[in-house]
Amino acid sequence: MSVLTFVENWDGKFKKLTFELVSYASKVAEMMNTTAIALSIGNVQPEELEKLGKYGVKKIIHIANEELLALDNQAYTSVITELAVKEGATVLLLANNNTGKALAPRLSVRLKAGVGSGVSQLPLSIDPFMVYKKVYSGRAFAHLTIKSPVRILTLAQNSFELIETPNDAAIETITVQLENGLIKTVVKDVQKQTGKILLTDAEIVVSGGRGMKSPDNWGPLVELADLLGAATACSRPVSDEGWRPHEEHTGQTGKIIAPNLYFAIGISGATQHIAGVSASKFIVAVNTDKDAPVFEAAQYGIVGDAAKILPQLVEAVREIKSK
Amino acid sequence: MKIVVCISHVPDTTTKVKFVNDNKLDETGIQWIINPWDELSLTRALELKDDPANGIEKVTVAHVGPVGAEPTIRKALAIGADDAIRINATSSDAYYVAAQLAEVLKNNPFDIILCGIESSDFNGSTVGGMLAEFLGIPSVSSVSSLNLVNGEVILTREIDGGKETVAIPVPFVAIVQKGITKEPRIPSMRGIMMARTKPILVSEPVSLDALTEVVQYEMPKPRAACKFVNPENPAELITLLQNEAKVI
Ligand SMILES: Cc1cc2nc3c(=O)[nH]c(=O)nc-3n(C[C@H](O)[C@H](O)[C@H](O)COP(=O)(O)OP(=O)(O)OC[C@H]3O[C@@H](n4cnc5c(N)ncnc54)[C@H](O)[C@@H]3O)c2cc1C
Repeated sequence: MSVLTFVENWDGKFKKLTFELVSYASKVAEMMNTTAIALSIGNVQPEELEKLGKYGVKKIIHIANEELLALDNQAYTSVITELAVKEGATVLLLANNNTGKALAPRLSVRLKAGVGSGVSQLPLSIDPFMVYKKVYSGRAFAHLTIKSPVRILTLAQNSFELIETPNDAAIETITVQLENGLIKTVVKDVQKQTGKILLTDAEIVVSGGRGMKSPDNWGPLVELADLLGAATACSRPVSDEGWRPHEEHTGQTGKIIAPNLYFAIGISGATQHIAGVSASKFIVAVNTDKDAPVFEAAQYGIVGDAAKILPQLVEAVREIKSK
Repeated sequence: MKIVVCISHVPDTTTKVKFVNDNKLDETGIQWIINPWDELSLTRALELKDDPANGIEKVTVAHVGPVGAEPTIRKALAIGADDAIRINATSSDAYYVAAQLAEVLKNNPFDIILCGIESSDFNGSTVGGMLAEFLGIPSVSSVSSLNLVNGEVILTREIDGGKETVAIPVPFVAIVQKGITKEPRIPSMRGIMMARTKPILVSEPVSLDALTEVVQYEMPKPRAACKFVNPENPAELITLLQNEAKVI
């Protein structure tokens, strides 16, 4: 038996999300009296792989095939399935990000394993295997039992704490045999966002809505984000209007995020917007309308004009940062 | 080429959901809609068909659900789909739905299969990938653009921190997200008239067990009430975030 975690890498590096995954996997393994194993595909140096051991993983399998550098859903599914069977995995864990969403369903069919997607806390029970998951875009939660002998979970980012349990993990580097013609995806071009904090990785997010009035008013909002080391975001109409780039659109149909702190500036707080940010630990709202629904989701609020309030917030943050 | 768009039927995104005995959605007063991502997929399929150079013969919609979902299917036909397939079953989980779709699509081959990245009810993000695996064909997930360029399918897929342009052979499943098209198409009067006579093929399900089951629903835990800071002194907010919430 084992709990197997697929760990993605970004140019050979792991990120906080990876360590959240293995911390979670180690806890699940503990609940099931079994061991946590990590599976990495791609070019990752041993020093980087060793970091996984700090979070309780007992073994790290590293698949080094050159052909697997780009994601091909069918090839990755075959490789992960083979390892899951070999390692007797009864729980398979992936991130609930683009890659996890691409692979978990294929693995589900291959392994006849039920999926609990986007979990944010440990299983409620192991026998029966039951997880707590968001449904109706955060308007409710479900207790979901997974009845198959193998279960697949995808973990929501920034929902689980890092837990260090020092331990030396063994690294096994292997090359797998791939069937000829298995890889069908041809990657023609890659465009990476550079130099900016990714919205999905950010611990603080400063977001603006239509109440910002014009694309020319974003200066103090961006400044506040820079001072806080935060990412910037926006509501849908703002990206639809082209005031801000599409990557910043948060909400049900945009990015779903869970930062520690989310600033909603001039955002009304429509259900579809809140659906994307309700897992934030704290929400702060600035809005001229004291009855705006955003104040129902927020823990801190200011009823006031964003144009007046933002520069004062910038000053206040500058003050504390200079201390 | 033929395109099929898998559509799910979900409560309107503003619905305040309620449950009966904590284990069943209370359907009273619910307005049902086409799942937002599926509506975008359908719109993109129709845009591709509009350009004769793409050689799309037909756009079909497929749905797993009881007869009660027919108004949603008719809406898809009114938006412009040519015909529909309804698998007459109550969906019990994503695995069940994907398996039923696969059974029907095995016997009715399509070149491009479109699914939304998520349904706004169960937020599973799983049906499209499962369907591709059942059919043994490639899938591309988080697709934000889809074009036919000299007969080749070129897609954009979103990755953490960027995007990739990929080519994929048909048949394949594209799991579609925001960006695929600007606005969902809305039915025209003529579309609504024509939809009345467009065919809906009803197919019976195969017998199969779901792998998961919802045993209980819960409402979100209420959050603490909002603490208001005097607008004359916004700096107080930063002090609270630093000393009370301890997040900056
Ligand atoms: C299927 C579907 C999916 C959707 N998905 C999303 C989604 O993913 N994300 C999303 O954001 N929306 C989404 N929407 C749209 C959503 O319903 C709202 O229309 C949208 O969130 C409103 O954006 P907003 O708050 O910026 O603008 P508005 O609703 O116009 O609100 C602007 C707010 O700013 C306040 N304001 C005005 N002037 C000032 C000022 N000077 N200072 C401070 N405050 C001021 C106003 O009081 C108001 O509350 C979706 C809608 C549908 C139907």
